[in-house]
Amino acid sequence: MSNEELESQWVLPAGLPKPIPSSEGLGKEFWAATLEHKLVIQRCADCRHWQWGPEIICRACGGEQLGYESVEPAGEIYSWQRCWYPVHPALKETVPYLVVMVELDSAPGVRLIGNLVGDGQQSLAVGDRVTALFEDHPGDEPYTLVQWQRV
Amino acid sequence: MAGRTIRGQVALVGIGETTYYKRGKSPDSEFKLCIDAIRNACADAGIDARDIDGFSSYSDDRNDAMRLSSALNLRELNYSVMQWGGGGGGVMAAIANGAAGILAGYCDTVVVHRALAQGQFGRFGQAQDTPVIPGEYGHVMPYGVMSAAQLFGFRIQRFMHEHGIGQEALRAIAMASYHHAQNNPRAVMHGKPLTEQMYDDSRYITEPLHLYDCCQENDGAAAVVLMSAERAAEITDRPVYLLGAAMGSAPQQGAEAGGISYHNAPDYPTANFKTLAPKAFAMAGIKPTDIDVVQSYENFTGGVMMAMIEHGLCSPEEANEFFVPENLIVGGKLPLNTSGGNLAECYMHGLELVVEGVRQLRGDSTSQVADPRHCLCIGGPLVGPVSTLILGSADTGPTTDGGVGA
Repeated sequence: MSNEELESQWVLPAGLPKPIPSSEGLGKEFWAATLEHKLVIQRCADCRHWQWGPEIICRACGGEQLGYESVEPAGEIYSWQRCWYPVHPALKETVPYLVVMVELDSAPGVRLIGNLVGDGQQSLAVGDRVTALFEDHPGDEPYTLVQWQRV
Repeated sequence: MAGRTIRGQVALVGIGETTYYKRGKSPDSEFKLCIDAIRNACADAGIDARDIDGFSSYSDDRNDAMRLSSALNLRELNYSVMQWGGGGGGVMAAIANGAAGILAGYCDTVVVHRALAQGQFGRFGQAQDTPVIPGEYGHVMPYGVMSAAQLFGFRIQRFMHEHGIGQEALRAIAMASYHHAQNNPRAVMHGKPLTEQMYDDSRYITEPLHLYDCCQENDGAAAVVLMSAERAAEITDRPVYLLGAAMGSAPQQGAEAGGISYHNAPDYPTANFKTLAPKAFAMAGIKPTDIDVVQSYENFTGGVMMAMIEHGLCSPEEANEFFVPENLIVGGKLPLNTSGGNLAECYMHGLELVVEGVRQLRGDSTSQVADPRHCLCIGGPLVGPVSTLILGSADTGPTTDGGVGA
């Protein structure tokens, strides 16, 4: 698929900031995995606590043996907003758009934020089932966002 | 912390403000606004500005204590503190931190200050245009979740969902602020009343928040002078006492307000006052039912509702019945934001709420509650750290036998 064809399928237009890991490198594994269309979440090897966003120690037990484990890219809508005010110049022609907070099925309590694919005026509700859609942003330093579509 | 208390030991003796402007409209620089508000607060207290020996502020205020100290030609600078946190959550903590310095013996006369000139320094409500976004916000902003309304809107939406709360509850909070602003000539929205129809017809910023659910952005400054209750007794017969204060956060509320760990808080739909409010009431020795008037920081109406519920002023189940305009205006059950607050007086980052709390307890408000004794001032719902204060009228303070009045 050409870059133009890819871009035409993005939920939001080009111009929004690109996500990068923290200055300490936190989140590096997450964004590396999304490039391969996989979803990983930080997990403590000692107490098996899932935690998100990433931290340098386990917030539950204080352990330092943290890794990333694969999770099913599926869950349900925990909260949402329909955004009407264009907070960024790139969004002027795109409002309204939908942002959803998704609680993952296979990592209890872990929530991700993304856009809901489709018409910004569609109705939606807390509890709606969704699966992830990996949105590729090519270029010299490519990245992939995690978007959500209704099951 | 049991046994140690600030109750009745520090008084708010001076309040000062500048003219309040729409954002970007101040003819003066932010530092000049700050100086003016401080001088006005000193004049109100009846003290020489050179007698200030401490500064307390919050939210990364740009008006540096050393520059203020030099400009105002202080005899000594003995205290300079800044509360952590970039939002309005630090406003009540700035009062409490100032009081703590006095009580500890570091200083005698503290001015708490906040100034904003958004024409000079840029806006809050507009995202910065940056090519990359690292760390916590990198999991949020690429999806067009960038403004404060959006960062906190998820919590409000979830809270309303869990408790079946209708849009009318948020509308009532906006209506109360605008109602009170019509009596207040200082208010930016004075002469601009809000009707239910206007609210309902107003555009959404981000559902569930209408335009009128979101605070203004303004230019101006406010200041409050603090001193010990003993010294206050020498200069005024109507001190307002600090009876209780608390600041901080419940557990696991995230690394940055609105960042991805914030959105993974185990207790998510909270304004973040659950651990604070009981401490403030215990320190003050009063119950939520003893509160006569509330000034609550409105970044967004939904946060005000959640904060008031977490202070025990109403239960989530009662919210639809409680949050109606007639309950929240002077003459109603629990008057709220009697100057117009952030929504309709001025977004002076909440310090105008403390100024109004002092006015209420002195009997000087433009929407005066009948003989209030206790005013609750809430700072910064939905962020962290947040902070809360309980202020008391002159008859709640130290008694002649050395004890503390009820």
